[in-house]
Amino acid sequence: MDLLSKFYFNYSKIIKTIKIYLLLAGPGMIVMIADNDAGGITTYAATGAKFGYSLIWFLILLGPVAYFIQEMTVRLGAVTKHGHAEAIFSGFGPFWGWFSLLDLTLVNWLTIITEFIGMTAAMSIFGIPPLVTVIVVIIVMFGIVLSGRYWTWEKITMAFCLVNLIYIPAALLVHPSVSDIIRSGFIPNFPGGFNGELFFYMMANIGTTIAPWMIFFQQSAVVDKNMKEKDIPWGKFDTVVGAFFTIIVAVFVIIVTGTLLYGMNIESAGQAVHVIMGTHQWVGTLVAIGLFDAGFLGAICIALTSSWAFGEVFGWAHSLNYKVKEAFWFYVFFFVGLITAGSVVLIPGAPLVLITLFVQVVAVTLLPAALVFLIILLNNEEIMGKYKNTLFDNIANITIVVCIIVLSSLYGISTLFPNLFG
Amino acid sequence: MTTMVREFGEQIASIVRESTGKIRIINQKYAKPKIQLSGGAKFALLLLELYLIFLVVLLAYKFWTIIHGSVL
Repeated sequence: MDLLSKFYFNYSKIIKTIKIYLLLAGPGMIVMIADNDAGGITTYAATGAKFGYSLIWFLILLGPVAYFIQEMTVRLGAVTKHGHAEAIFSGFGPFWGWFSLLDLTLVNWLTIITEFIGMTAAMSIFGIPPLVTVIVVIIVMFGIVLSGRYWTWEKITMAFCLVNLIYIPAALLVHPSVSDIIRSGFIPNFPGGFNGELFFYMMANIGTTIAPWMIFFQQSAVVDKNMKEKDIPWGKFDTVVGAFFTIIVAVFVIIVTGTLLYGMNIESAGQAVHVIMGTHQWVGTLVAIGLFDAGFLGAICIALTSSWAFGEVFGWAHSLNYKVKEAFWFYVFFFVGLITAGSVVLIPGAPLVLITLFVQVVAVTLLPAALVFLIILLNNEEIMGKYKNTLFDNIANITIVVCIIVLSSLYGISTLFPNLFG
Repeated sequence: MTTMVREFGEQIASIVRESTGKIRIINQKYAKPKIQLSGGAKFALLLLELYLIFLVVLLAYKFWTIIHGSVL
């Protein structure tokens, strides 16, 4: 009897914990999974096709890297109740404020174009014309965002996050060799030696794991969700879970393309889907759905990031908890961003490849600044109080930030000058 | 027609005036940074400025190479 009551007590405790987590889960999970956007899927697909399973170990290392950066935004948002754009204006003055805000808006808008490129490419597999995809996507996003409650938006978006796991059944369908995956994927190695090409791919994977919008998004989402200081441990846990899933998805994309497309040069996820569709229709269908979902998640989160940032700085009402008439400019900014980015994809002969490359270069101008501001703000006792960075936090975060700045800068420069690294 | 064009112009001018006013208010509001920067933080910001100048120079060089048809 005693054993039974103990079991019931523990069972109730676990259920209660899960319920609290589900209530507080959201920003960390969404930002991490949305990080596997259309550009991210393209990078993983190209990496798998080029190097097979060999770089899986490297992607696994990127999980903790993403976590360490993003957990700082949870603390900063929960303590200050301000988004990152407002925190930069407030902490560093108008010069850095305007630089960050305008750069963020530009890089976000360009990234949303790449999300639409991914979504239209995925839907074209099913014979759906780009015009229909763009219109339907914008209408659906209207519906989700205009629910008038942050909670509703968050839970619907989390359902889209679950769809991102579609790469797991896709990988199982291609019957990869588990021993090959473990042997070549989980033991650190540099396939073909450490050369310029491998370095470029590694930099591309870092570039897709940490993007400027993620910092602004999670901090604003934490504020919009009204998370308090006492919720920080849950916010961190949510970010860990998100980081775990983002790496799982990345690894399974690599497994799919490393099995089916090994040795091919893949330049876009759309191209990968077309090739897979030719031999494995079911896998191709799942990958296409995953690509569409990735673009959708990316577009809705990135567009919101810009709206939140502008709302914070311009003093507009800027919460998903407001109705359209209460936060008119917040929603206008959101939809203008989406509609104009979607329209670019529909322009015949638009330089979409150039735009995709340009995103990397513009992101490199913002990422170091956003990361440096984050570290400085997290070290300010006046702002953070007992939640400021500890010595361990600083050692881990400053090391990661310096590495990211150097590698993402090299990636941006190599995008500008492709022959630089041989 | 002329009246419509004039009204449209006035509306645009009013929006520009309002936005400029708003930007001025934002600049005044955040004119004095609210945090005390340590020596390390000031040094990091200086490095950041130099880094951005370097990127701008690099972008300018890229455009120059595109215009003159030579590639690094």
